[in-house]
Amino acid sequence: MTTVAPAQPPTDERERLADFEARIAAGESIEPKDWMPERYRKQLVRMMSQHAHSEIVGMLPEGNWITRAPSLRRKTSLIAKVQDEAGHGLYIYCGTETLGVDRSELVGDLLSGKAKYASIFNYPTLTWADVGVIGWFVDGAAIVNQTVLAKASYGPYARAMIRICKEENFHKRQGYEIVATLANGTPAQREMVQDAVNRWWWPTLMMFGPHDAASSNSDELLRWRVKRFTNDQLRQRFVNLTVPQAQAVNLSLPDPALRYDAETEDWRFGEIDWDEFWQVVKGDGPCNRERLAARNRAHDDGAWVRAAAEAYAAKHAAAAGAA
Amino acid sequence: MTDTQWPLWEVFTQEGQGAPHEHAGSVHAVDAEQALQNARDVYARRGKVVSLWVVPSIAISASTPEDVGPFFDPGNDKPYRHPQFYKVPRGVRVY
Repeated sequence: MTTVAPAQPPTDERERLADFEARIAAGESIEPKDWMPERYRKQLVRMMSQHAHSEIVGMLPEGNWITRAPSLRRKTSLIAKVQDEAGHGLYIYCGTETLGVDRSELVGDLLSGKAKYASIFNYPTLTWADVGVIGWFVDGAAIVNQTVLAKASYGPYARAMIRICKEENFHKRQGYEIVATLANGTPAQREMVQDAVNRWWWPTLMMFGPHDAASSNSDELLRWRVKRFTNDQLRQRFVNLTVPQAQAVNLSLPDPALRYDAETEDWRFGEIDWDEFWQVVKGDGPCNRERLAARNRAHDDGAWVRAAAEAYAAKHAAAAGAA
Repeated sequence: MTDTQWPLWEVFTQEGQGAPHEHAGSVHAVDAEQALQNARDVYARRGKVVSLWVVPSIAISASTPEDVGPFFDPGNDKPYRHPQFYKVPRGVRVY
């Protein structure tokens, strides 16, 4: 922390900032061509690109199970869900491009390992039950986050979120259906789904990010209404929604401290292992290297498709020119 | 071959007969045909869309935020263009 006083911005810059903040306070949405503080633009590029990367990397843990889905019904759903995630990545990349960055730059940062994405996707999917629990927990957590982001101050981000939220509900329901089916199945199936719940619960709570006190970006993002609620508030909302869903299918959540607080009507939960969180964020989770390698391989394997599309377009352009 | 991202196209979707085409987002594509296919795969995955337009992003001319005052004010000071401007006798249903 330095104690150097910030340079005084030029008066008209301060006026513009005041106008900008007044617009946000009045609930207006900011559009790509509007004046915005450089920090706002940077924070959005950071947040939106991380979000887009998360959608793309999120395809990998579930994609691993497409060939091993237990029935055709499960397989078609899973393929559709993974395709949706690709689409969500594209919606948000396109929203990010309205801030003056190229998608190719962002993709380059992901492939080189420079960019961050949601740490949850660095955990392995060991059994079929993981696919169900990811839909239920991870997509459930994403819905809690994204429902709020759909009211974010930046128009293109909010609009992408509205589109995504509509589709994400299918993800959560298909996941919960898998979980409920296994929970009502044979003892071995019950054991498998309980094990998946035990492994995914804490990493899912970590998805909401550090405690408010430790979240360096929160204040500014709240003031500019990029975020509408703090990490801890959203985490609490997710826990409150999920506990009754677990009870309904007779699964336990791996937290001995979990208890209902009648006064606040919240489910209180135990302390998150933040050492594990930071370790995964910094690149040393169980699957960080594997995910990046798989993403790079997929990108390289797709080079011929891009080459073919270009060649096809060039051939047609030439034919049109000759006609 | 260079790993280009190709030109940007804005996508407009019509969700149902008679509805207006509305901006849905954008795609990168090498030509119009591929832009339509990509737009279908990304923005028309759930059967509601009945028509798609793709337009090269660079072909769009747009008003600027600074225009909000002078450019649009010919429409701002003409309350007589709104039905509420007109008084009707009490008790008469005009619409």
